Amino acid sequence: MPVYNLKINGSSQTVEADQDTPLLWVLRDQLDLVGTKFGCGIGQCGACTIHLDGSATRSCLLKVSMVQDMNITTIEGISEDASHPVQQAWKEIDVPQCGYCQAGQIMSATAFLNQNSNPSTSDIRDAMSGNICRCASYNRIERAVALAASKMD
Amino acid sequence: MKNIASTSLSRRSFIKTSALAGGGVLIGFNLFQACKPEATPPVDISKLNFNDFNAFIKIADNGMVTIFSPNPEIGQGVKTSMPMIIAEELDVSWDNVHVEQGALDTKNFTRQVAGGSQSIRFGWEALRQTGATARQMLINAAAAKWGIDAADCKTENGIIVHPNGEQLGYGDVVNDAALLEIPENVTLKKPKDFKIIGKDAWNVDLDKIITGKPLFGLDYKEKGMMHAVVLRPPAFGKKLLDYDDSEAKTVSGVEKIIKFGDKVAVLAKDTWSAMKAKKMLKANWTSDSKLEDSETHDKILTDLLNGNEFKTMRADGDIKKAFAAADQVIERVYESPFLPHNCMEPMNFFADVTADKVRLVGPIQTPAGTAKRVAELLERDVEEVSVEMTRMGGGFGRRLYGDFALEAAEISKLAQQPVKVIYSREDDMSAGIYRPSIKYKISASVKDGEITGYHLKEASVNSNMYGLIPNFFPAGAIENYQVDVAAYDSNITTGAWRAPYTNFLSFAEQSFFDELAEILEVDRIKLRLDLLQKVKGTTDERIQYSPERLEKVINVAVDKSGWGNANDDVYQGFSAYYCHNTHVAEVADVVLENDMPVVKKVTCVVDCGIVVNPLGAKNQIEGGVIDGIGHAMYGDFSFANGEPEHNNFNTYRLIRINETPVVETHFIENELAPTGLGEPTLPPAGAAVANAIKAAKGIRLYKQPFMKYMNAKAPLG
Repeated sequence: MPVYNLKINGSSQTVEADQDTPLLWVLRDQLDLVGTKFGCGIGQCGACTIHLDGSATRSCLLKVSMVQDMNITTIEGISEDASHPVQQAWKEIDVPQCGYCQAGQIMSATAFLNQNSNPSTSDIRDAMSGNICRCASYNRIERAVALAASKMD
Repeated sequence: MKNIASTSLSRRSFIKTSALAGGGVLIGFNLFQACKPEATPPVDISKLNFNDFNAFIKIADNGMVTIFSPNPEIGQGVKTSMPMIIAEELDVSWDNVHVEQGALDTKNFTRQVAGGSQSIRFGWEALRQTGATARQMLINAAAAKWGIDAADCKTENGIIVHPNGEQLGYGDVVNDAALLEIPENVTLKKPKDFKIIGKDAWNVDLDKIITGKPLFGLDYKEKGMMHAVVLRPPAFGKKLLDYDDSEAKTVSGVEKIIKFGDKVAVLAKDTWSAMKAKKMLKANWTSDSKLEDSETHDKILTDLLNGNEFKTMRADGDIKKAFAAADQVIERVYESPFLPHNCMEPMNFFADVTADKVRLVGPIQTPAGTAKRVAELLERDVEEVSVEMTRMGGGFGRRLYGDFALEAAEISKLAQQPVKVIYSREDDMSAGIYRPSIKYKISASVKDGEITGYHLKEASVNSNMYGLIPNFFPAGAIENYQVDVAAYDSNITTGAWRAPYTNFLSFAEQSFFDELAEILEVDRIKLRLDLLQKVKGTTDERIQYSPERLEKVINVAVDKSGWGNANDDVYQGFSAYYCHNTHVAEVADVVLENDMPVVKKVTCVVDCGIVVNPLGAKNQIEGGVIDGIGHAMYGDFSFANGEPEHNNFNTYRLIRINETPVVETHFIENELAPTGLGEPTLPPAGAAVANAIKAAKGIRLYKQPFMKYMNAKAPLG
């Protein structure tokens, strides 16, 4: 079985996997990074969002063979102690209900705010529309992204 | 009126204390014995083993309090709000409370369910009694130490205060308290003295959620565990004829392929290998019963509505006479599709079946019932089955049914290995237990401008209407009133879906009253309020709702939403409903963008009695309203040849953030016992939006999803 060297959350990891294995399952099953969630497997719900060289990417569609030498960041990697401004905003607003989609939401929000530090409401709604929250905690997600933007100024 | 769950209970029957070996005290209570409104002491306390208790408070020597919450957490927030109630009466600082999911072992549980928005309502009295009893024991211990009367002591934030100002921490007396008699007749706090209840408390799992810690069933793993993915019949009515696994076996990581019943499980060392191999299985299927489709259901339900095969759920007065004497009869039909639950976390469960025990771990709303069913399936003693509950990535009713846990148990037994069954999204949406497709025909008779008769007929696939629903509004308000139901037995599995029984009924009835007001040319709010006047002072014990409380939420919603005073480009729709013991009124504000209705805002007024945790409560309300709108607008699920026509989010549409209105919540302040919030704001949302769309576009919607019947071409996602 092929061996891949991955750069995840700033450290190198060597994994053995079939070349078509989605990064999502390498993270979850092999590396015990279970914060990245499985939701749909077809890139429609955003629960599996990670950062690939800083861009929000759906890890369920990303083959492990394609991400060598790229910087992979998961929810576990954005801070050690929930101190990232987006996490702080999520905390302040008390966003989650069931909580399952929230890591993906936070990863989408983080990548988005890195590109647009002063977003309008409609920018936020567009940027976050790729992430489904089945509990519909959308009002709070919207408020938390706006709050995080102000914290990141 | 049955708004308040008052419990008559004996503390002796459900509370017991024990000194802990390492210091401190454990106070056990049997929440589910105590929570039943009709609870009677089960047995003599002396015969109770400490294991008969399913929830615990641990008070350590240092005064730190750990509360083990026994209730399944599906996102409704009870893991935070139920311990708050205990902490309030115990009189400790919420900052000194640590909450853990209770250690679970089904052999000791009598009832343990998340469903029907009942956890807080049933738990209220018992949780308060428990906290207050523990507090009194600590006071008694301090008073004995001081040699004074316990009645002269006060408590504050975990400290007992002597009249002379001397103080003892709970931790200082907790070991003495453990040896005392359990006090009777403890005094509960007055609501005005609440310090924790009514104040915002943050989700107790918040830090773990936002840092991606393992919490959910899908995150659970054990050494040696196999990942199992299951091939199930592709259609309702089909069964397995034979299968060829020669190609699937070649996938690296695949360990076993096991047939059980009409299903085939692929067991692999990792999830992806199992998923990949499952797709390589070549199976032949045969039909053992009809392969049904939604077009046929449509015709069958219409025939049922027009037929005579009804079961009458409630009949007041004489409907026939009222309709015969009417000046006018108004009749409308409302239609809904099936709905899948689509929890974000697909169904999954861990099972380890060995010769001496059966261990189950995973997301489940009904652990006790599931343990029993697994025991029956495996022909084991239920005492050998344990269930540990993980946090759940949504429930919405789907996790009331333990079918996925049964699969895991059966596979583990056959494989003689621990396994975790994982559904793909396609599996989850195809092997569903759906909200049934339902049709309502509502008829009203009008004589001299008065509504003299109301006849509700329901036709559903399998079943829908539940015993108490016919006693909801407008029961009691119209002299001649009848509710009839008919059902068609299908092989498509159906069941409870968030706010079961009323999630579509509320749309039908609140749309009907809106249209009735238009036809009768009366104010749509006044029509509802006038009906409520007739229920006031009723002696009919069956009536579930309070006309006064419903009237209040309606009046406050009119006020807070600026009803009738909206800007020219804003169209408002009204809806008010009682279900799950909570009274709700909603006003939807709709604008037209490119001639398409867009819901901008929903004003939601809720009377749920005392609001235990406003921060969590508002989250439930916002979510319920938006979920209700999302499914009313977009939820479209159908079958062809027994096969679901959608199996993932590329063709099945869920509401997204850019389609979401702002929800503005207002609570009615009172000191009545609290009721649940997981469901009651969902049912009225669809009608509020439909009534607003009528105002905006002149189109009266009778069918869900609205997007389909407005002939709108709206982009996905």
